[in-house]
Amino acid sequence: MWKYIVPFGLFVALGAFLFVGLYRDPRYVPSPLIGKPAPEFSLPSLQDASYPVSSKDLVGQPWVLNVWGTWCGGCRAEHDVLLTIARQNVVPLIGLNWKDDNAAAQRWLGELGNPYAAVAEDNVGKAAIDWGVYGAPETFLIGPDGIVLYKHIAPMTLEVWNTEFLPRIQTARTAGGGRS
Amino acid sequence: MTTLLRAIVVALAFFGAARALAIDTERAFDDPALQSRYEALNRELRCLVCQNQTIADSNATLAQDLRREVREQIGAGRSDEEIRRFMIDRYGDFVLYRPRMTATTFLLWAAPVLLLVAGVFALVRVVRRRAAEADIDPAGPEAGQS
Repeated sequence: MWKYIVPFGLFVALGAFLFVGLYRDPRYVPSPLIGKPAPEFSLPSLQDASYPVSSKDLVGQPWVLNVWGTWCGGCRAEHDVLLTIARQNVVPLIGLNWKDDNAAAQRWLGELGNPYAAVAEDNVGKAAIDWGVYGAPETFLIGPDGIVLYKHIAPMTLEVWNTEFLPRIQTARTAGGGRS
Repeated sequence: MTTLLRAIVVALAFFGAARALAIDTERAFDDPALQSRYEALNRELRCLVCQNQTIADSNATLAQDLRREVREQIGAGRSDEEIRRFMIDRYGDFVLYRPRMTATTFLLWAAPVLLLVAGVFALVRVVRRRAAEADIDPAGPEAGQS
């Protein structure tokens, strides 16, 4: 009897693992940064190279970092959502323009609208490596104490914003006592 | 026979081509010791955009940037372990092609040994049972010969 039950049980267990695996996104790599201090950066602003965009200036409030580039199709797909989010005026939305052409990036913002409070230009890709970025668009939520609270990989949607970002921003505000 | 030979030649040709298609052709270091460390590390680190390639195999922009990072850090005198740590801190364990032994990867590393032990155990049981059956029932024309 056991001769049949044990192999069958193992087969079912293996099948269950593979079945769950079918619906998991292999491109999703969990970020080791969650719960850790956000990597610091100070980069020239996209619009004015003499004006630095620095992560230090954002401490004390929750903020969102969105990694994008004009070469990235998913970034175009999420752009309208970013504009909607920016209009809500909940947190500063900072752009990290990753390995892009400055003129093309400025043209993009001119044509499609600019959702960002500031855009840091990272054409060397050093800051992106520090943030563990591997595929734009990626969006990070940083708490008032500078701790990374959440990372979304893939184009931003209003659903993700409402279910993953807004509640965390609320908790961070009440717990951290940041400005509201 | 000629078909087999032809197949072998074709296979070898592909093998040669794969070897020749190294992405990173420019030498990073004049010192051969540093160069071999650089190449070894590149073969150990995953290109996260093209997940089934190492950064040595990939020409994705991110792979180029990560190779540059490895080159700069070796140049700055960092050890292999420090460079691996740098990558893990940013990209997680997944960046390593050879996952390290942690609580979560324990089963991954232990599985071959556990399966081998289970296999030997099953084999011993089956062989013992067959031997016992053979003792009871030594029938068959060749049973008596040795």
